[in-house]
Amino acid sequence: MEEQVSVFPEDYPEKKRKKIILKGEISGDSFFKSFLGIMTILIFIIMGLLILTLVLRSLLSIETYGFGFLWGTMWNPTPADPNASPEFGVLPPLLGTLVTSLIAILIGFPISMGIALALSEFTSKRINFWGSFLVELLAAIPSVIYGLWGIFTLIPFLRGFIYPVIQNVFFFLPFFQGTDNGYNVFTGGIILAIMIIPTITAISRDIFAAVPDSQREAIIALGATKWESTKVIRRYGRSGVIGAVILGLGRAIGETMAVTMVIGNSFHLFDSLFDPSYTLASLIANEFTEASSPEVYLSALIETGLVLLILALVVNITARLIIRHTTRKFRGVETF
Amino acid sequence: MKLSEVTWFKIRKIRSYFMISLCFLALLIGLIPLISILAEVVINGISQLNIGFLTQEIAPLGQSGGGIGPAIMGTLFVIFLASLIGIPIGVFSGIFLAEYPESRMAFTAGFLNDVLSNMPSIVIGIFAWILIVVYTGWSVIAGGFALGIMMIPLITRATEESIKIVPSTVKEASLALGITHWRTTLIVTVPTAKRGIITGILLAIARVAGETAPLLLTILGSRFFLTSLFEPTAALPLTIFNSSQSPFISIDWPKAWGASLVLIFLVLFLNIIVRLLTKEKF
Repeated sequence: MEEQVSVFPEDYPEKKRKKIILKGEISGDSFFKSFLGIMTILIFIIMGLLILTLVLRSLLSIETYGFGFLWGTMWNPTPADPNASPEFGVLPPLLGTLVTSLIAILIGFPISMGIALALSEFTSKRINFWGSFLVELLAAIPSVIYGLWGIFTLIPFLRGFIYPVIQNVFFFLPFFQGTDNGYNVFTGGIILAIMIIPTITAISRDIFAAVPDSQREAIIALGATKWESTKVIRRYGRSGVIGAVILGLGRAIGETMAVTMVIGNSFHLFDSLFDPSYTLASLIANEFTEASSPEVYLSALIETGLVLLILALVVNITARLIIRHTTRKFRGVETF
Repeated sequence: MKLSEVTWFKIRKIRSYFMISLCFLALLIGLIPLISILAEVVINGISQLNIGFLTQEIAPLGQSGGGIGPAIMGTLFVIFLASLIGIPIGVFSGIFLAEYPESRMAFTAGFLNDVLSNMPSIVIGIFAWILIVVYTGWSVIAGGFALGIMMIPLITRATEESIKIVPSTVKEASLALGITHWRTTLIVTVPTAKRGIITGILLAIARVAGETAPLLLTILGSRFFLTSLFEPTAALPLTIFNSSQSPFISIDWPKAWGASLVLIFLVLFLNIIVRLLTKEKF
């Protein structure tokens, strides 16, 4: 201790020195930690407030309609008959959200798998880097521009070339019936598929890249062809890929603008994929700013948001748990 | 018929090539929308771009002339306000998650953070409406608040990841000099991870710059330049949306494309900077 150069004057009392050192330096640690902790607690507060305020604001609608809100098919904020009370039920947009998201997964999943395998297994590192960059640019394009492109390019293309073919081939199936102007559930699903491809691809690619090389070498040593060697990779990363797909599903469920612009925005229970419809998010986006009266109208829209929130929470938490579980498994394997 | 070993091997080879080409076909299919969107935006938007379009007030739907000046200003303002909320909370909580990962709170916060990052944006719009718009009316502040909340999880995650990859030897060297943990974090760890943190912030800005749904419920849209923080304003994504919904196709759609070009330029510019910043790692 004697050799240490002191910043204090010679006659400075020992007791005070210790205090200042502690205050300035050592206790700085705990102060710093609590400061960071407070910033982190803000995340808890935001999540808590988010759920709390939505529940409080939709109480009116919850009390009025109960669980019937979930399977009601009427959406009538201002009935023509002045004695009738307004009616709200979200089954049609709920189905719209689920069906468009399902179509998005059915179309987007195989394409994403193909891209992820092509980039991680069949290309050089350089192409992998730039290919991933391009695919991730897809995720960077704002959804309103997807919507604009959907109206301007995608819908005329689908209406002109794809939908007539589908309708001619599957003319006997009930859910491919109906005339159509391109603004429908199927188009909503297709645009969502394009939007979730980067999400699923990016995670799957990382998972495939994390498969140990020993696995690839083992199966190639057994005489497998290049494609057959991906079998073990796909199997190895299966649970992670499932997590990625569910995460993509979560993104599709929450997506608002692009779908709103192409789905046709019509409140009814659709019986064909070529019917215009609503999703939960597009219903809110379309009506929220105009929902001033009656009071229960606004409350019903916020409850719609609450339903969307719960749906997204369930899907995302499931996906996160699966992905977390998988990465832990991988870590275990790598230290092996 | 029994196939010989050699024929069977040939069939497997052919199947292998076939499946691999399917994978590359998927890559091609994935890139078509990207190329198509970028081409459409550039081709349709470029003819709109001139000084007047970038600076004039927004014309009412159906009227030719006008520009997107207020929308550019609104977007910049909203992003600025969002950054005031998102960057400090995101960076500091990211440092916490990386420096004290063993605590239970960090684990839960990390999980909540992931959940928040996948929250439907329109729900965050409703949240901002309930907390702010109800009291102040449609305002830029509410828009900034909504986008700020969307930025937090993105920045937190990026900060955490980039601090975690700082080699522990660097930190230990500093600690061995008798520098306390908090100073080490501020003068050694964070500056080392600087590039990753900046990358995360830029990506978060790029992401929220294109958000439309929360703005629809918070800043509402307007045709005029912003004069106060407590009034509705325009933003690029909102202007694109409004113009695309116009019945006057020949007048308003070209404006939507023009605004799209400006927006996509902003977003892609940020993304490409980020790619160049991170490229050296590979």
